[in-house]
Amino acid sequence: MEVPRYWRLKNQRYALVGEVCPHCDGKIFPPRDVCPHCGQDAKTKFTFSGKGEVYSFTTISDAPAGYEENAPYTVALVKLQEGPVVTAQLTDLGEEPVKIGMPVEMVTRKIRTDEGDRGIIVYGYKFRPVMHQ
Amino acid sequence: MSDVVIAGIGQVPVGEHWNTSLRSLAAQAIFAARKEIPDLEPESIYIGNSLGSMVSHQSNLGSLLADWSNLLGVEGTTAEAGGASGGAALRLGYLAVKSGFVKVAVVVGVEKVSDTNTRNLDRILSYTMDADHEAVPGLTPAGQAGLVMRRYMEKYNVPQGGFAGFPINAHANAVYNPNAMYRKAISREAYDKAGMVSDPVNLMDAAPLADGAAALVITRSDMLPKNYNHPVIRISGANIVTDTLALHDRANPDEFRAAAISVERTLTMAGKILEDIDLFELDDAYSVYAAIALEAAGFAEPGKGWQLAQEGGISLKGKIPICTLGGSKARGNPIGATGVYQVVEAVQQLRGSAGASQVKDARIALTQCWGGPASTVATHLLEMV
Repeated sequence: MEVPRYWRLKNQRYALVGEVCPHCDGKIFPPRDVCPHCGQDAKTKFTFSGKGEVYSFTTISDAPAGYEENAPYTVALVKLQEGPVVTAQLTDLGEEPVKIGMPVEMVTRKIRTDEGDRGIIVYGYKFRPVMHQ
Repeated sequence: MSDVVIAGIGQVPVGEHWNTSLRSLAAQAIFAARKEIPDLEPESIYIGNSLGSMVSHQSNLGSLLADWSNLLGVEGTTAEAGGASGGAALRLGYLAVKSGFVKVAVVVGVEKVSDTNTRNLDRILSYTMDADHEAVPGLTPAGQAGLVMRRYMEKYNVPQGGFAGFPINAHANAVYNPNAMYRKAISREAYDKAGMVSDPVNLMDAAPLADGAAALVITRSDMLPKNYNHPVIRISGANIVTDTLALHDRANPDEFRAAAISVERTLTMAGKILEDIDLFELDDAYSVYAAIALEAAGFAEPGKGWQLAQEGGISLKGKIPICTLGGSKARGNPIGATGVYQVVEAVQQLRGSAGASQVKDARIALTQCWGGPASTVATHLLEMV
């Protein structure tokens, strides 16, 4: 990944840092500085809890270049507790089959390594099933 | 403002053109279209192409293709909207001719995928999604379709194989299309045995990516020569609607609102109702998208689009024929060119020259191509006048 882009996206990818709109209280991820709900300025940082549920999921067998190492892997639409939906891989999947509605929580994991062992390691959010209490 | 008509059509067979470059593919299609209407001199060329800069390492096709198709000096620009690039190019051509500023225009869709390997192509295709937030986590366009298909199947209780009718119909219609990539019918057994691409999307659910180029010569109706010997086909409706690029940014990821709004506006502009449509060249890049396109247009209730395919409702003799010459699944999916192939095929139907794949008495056709999961929707309505 290009270095400037890496740095721009770092907080989002490592810690799910988005924005909250000071006018309508809408939670925004990824951050975009203008609220998509009410249209006003929204630059207040907001760190999401990382809790959410599986909205849908798919297991990708034909992986694009850079992602083959992990294939087949499961990608999900995760609806965060606070509202926004994100696209992320699911990880630490045990025997229990993935289901729509399954509660998940965010973890920071390696997404891919660019250009073999010498390239930038791209870390980011993945989600794992919440352990039952 | 006068009527905009399609005066000439041309296409290259969809497939793997190892020996033909991006520029040559486009030129061939343009020459073929112009051959139908040699007396009209195009003043502009509108190009639909999505991946040229990344696969072929070639940008600024406006200048290159104008020169390469012996139209040196004309206005030339490229419209890029992922899989809707072809429809977007036609939209621009339509606006130019309708406005009166351009009298004759060429619209060409061209795509070359065979210049790179599959894994690299998949990576490049990911950039037609949200690069930062969908591609980086490892999602692919087939993955997006998988997410949509799983939701749909669970929500509407669709059994395994519920979408098989779409690829089966597409292949049956391509058998007599000399420009189609795959011209063999497929069976339900073949569908059931197909390997997974992105569970639950299997190989038969996903249209094959290929090289292709298709072109139109569009003009004002009063510019057609006296001896013009084809039925006159008018573009009566045209628009583009966008939605969030990322599937996850949708207000409701289950609804493809842009597709519905686009059809509504097209019908209103053309002064038509749904019942007037004789055939629908919709976006079947993935079988679930075809079902949703039918629902969004209003041909089926939400959750029932897949049943139309089961009951023969989409066949050439059905209630609403789709993919009449193979669609993206069997004719092939040359991404940025697909939108123009759809229009070329619709014109063949309206002219009555679709041979064994002819829809009887076809007079009004709807064409619609999508960028991604209806993130960009370009719809056109064509009618015989």
